[in-house]
Amino acid sequence: MNLLEYIVALSGLVASGLFIYGLKGMSSPVTAVKGIVIAGWGMAFVVVASFLQVFNLPEDVLPHLPVNLGLAVLALLLGGLWAGRKGRTVPMTAMPQMVALFNGMGGGSAAAVAAVALLHHAGGSALHLGVTVTGALIGCISLTGSLIAWAKLDGKMRNPIRFGGQKVFNLAIFLGTVVLGIMTVIAQMNGAPEGGLYALLFFAGALFFGLCMTVPIGGADMPVVISLYNAFTGLAVGLEGYVMADPALMIAGMVVGSAGTLLTVLMAKAMNRSITNVLFSNFGAASQQAKGPQGEMKSVDPADAATTMRYASSVIIIPGYGLAVAQAQQKLYEFVKLLQAAGVDVKFAIHPVAGRMPGHMNVLLAEAGVPYDMIYDMDDINDSFKSTDVALVIGANDVVNPSARTDKSSPIYGMPILNADQAHQVFVIKRGQGTGYSGVQNPLFFAKNCSMVFGDAQAVLSKMVEAVKALGTN
Amino acid sequence: MIITSMTFIIALYIFMLAAFTGYVVISRVPSILHTPLMSGSNFIHGIVVVGALSALLSATTLAEQIIGFFGVLFGAGNVMGGYVVTDRMLAMFKPSATKPAKKSDEKSAS
Repeated sequence: MNLLEYIVALSGLVASGLFIYGLKGMSSPVTAVKGIVIAGWGMAFVVVASFLQVFNLPEDVLPHLPVNLGLAVLALLLGGLWAGRKGRTVPMTAMPQMVALFNGMGGGSAAAVAAVALLHHAGGSALHLGVTVTGALIGCISLTGSLIAWAKLDGKMRNPIRFGGQKVFNLAIFLGTVVLGIMTVIAQMNGAPEGGLYALLFFAGALFFGLCMTVPIGGADMPVVISLYNAFTGLAVGLEGYVMADPALMIAGMVVGSAGTLLTVLMAKAMNRSITNVLFSNFGAASQQAKGPQGEMKSVDPADAATTMRYASSVIIIPGYGLAVAQAQQKLYEFVKLLQAAGVDVKFAIHPVAGRMPGHMNVLLAEAGVPYDMIYDMDDINDSFKSTDVALVIGANDVVNPSARTDKSSPIYGMPILNADQAHQVFVIKRGQGTGYSGVQNPLFFAKNCSMVFGDAQAVLSKMVEAVKALGTN
Repeated sequence: MIITSMTFIIALYIFMLAAFTGYVVISRVPSILHTPLMSGSNFIHGIVVVGALSALLSATTLAEQIIGFFGVLFGAGNVMGGYVVTDRMLAMFKPSATKPAKKSDEKSAS
């Protein structure tokens, strides 16, 4: 029996080591695939090993063991198969909401662990119960918050829900939940019968607070929010790891908690905003409309724009989420390869918050086969625009909006942007004359060196490809 | 579990070291990999399924069994989904160095 105990306990140690090693590998594109596979083996090992504890259960559990085992296998199969199928079939454009959904499930699982721990062990120290309840609170917020993030990103919930006194209302819900949590802890310690009711109300309050906290946040801020909830789930898992006396959960959870926090901070920095600002300000409110510069936009034919680029010496392409919506990444790369064949130096410039998630645009370009060494971060490429012939903006808007630099009244003021406006010539492929995701008007479109190419990105790029092909390769 | 008790102080040590580890491991990641990294770390906190399994396997009441079932269900979804999407995304990242290599392969083949 003792040997089994050691195997179970050490499987967690092996898994934690493999997770950290795998995560380290994931920090470079060269070793990333190997990294996730290593982490995957660690996970498979620890999950299988955790079944060994059935040989070591206390007497009172044994009559329930067949049912428990059946439920465990059923839940693993159902959850694993459903998520595996979803994960394999989800289009890359829908990846952020999928990650949000999986993350929410992790938070829910942590909350469930806490709930069972509360049910199972009557009594216990204030500290132990306090940690259980805190982990449950964070897990619940992550669960319902991630579900809202999923609904928003998936287009199921278009507008942020806001009302007067919302912050006070949310604060009241939060404080009420915390009080219920404390009452749960006290009732549990004394073995009072009303503990179950308090716990039930506490969980309901925590889940409801997750909803309330997330509904007022605009869709443009969802990247930061998903990342934050990812860190939340990690933290909840770490705390429940303490409750279950399982160091593997503590280590894995806390590693993700701190890594997720770092990612969140990096992302918020890229938008020049603090996390509190994201969570508690009403960015992207629909009231900010059509303010700013007006005037004539110049429009140009796709073929003419393509010809200009064909004879340019350098082109920087700034893709945005609109490119992915139009499913035009493949076409774009075809166009880029033609330009490269004609001797044009082509680079991609990616804003840290391009897409619906940080790094999302890189994934979408990688899917189309664009090699990652053609893709540059904002900091690496921003000084090159001055000496670049053409900047081609496709389906991006706010990330090239110069009013972020100059206009203090603009809601995106202070956000670092790509200096597309400094290129000698700017082309913007855009569906229509509307504003961006944040609803802010863009003075770049009215600039002297900017021409608009109106139309669907896919159609426009097809025309550009034809135009360049027609020019031949001399 | 062989670990029957752990003082909170030891837990704090573990938490602190793990937090620094996470910070250091992630701090130099290029922003190009932020999405796979987020889903990768998402996969790693799926280890909560192990905690949920322990909770479910030692359940003694119907309520514990039901909640434990959903715990394992969600945890399994987190693990499997996180792994599959991360693996899918990472497999797509290719350097342009592979292209000339391919071309030379074709040449040598022809």
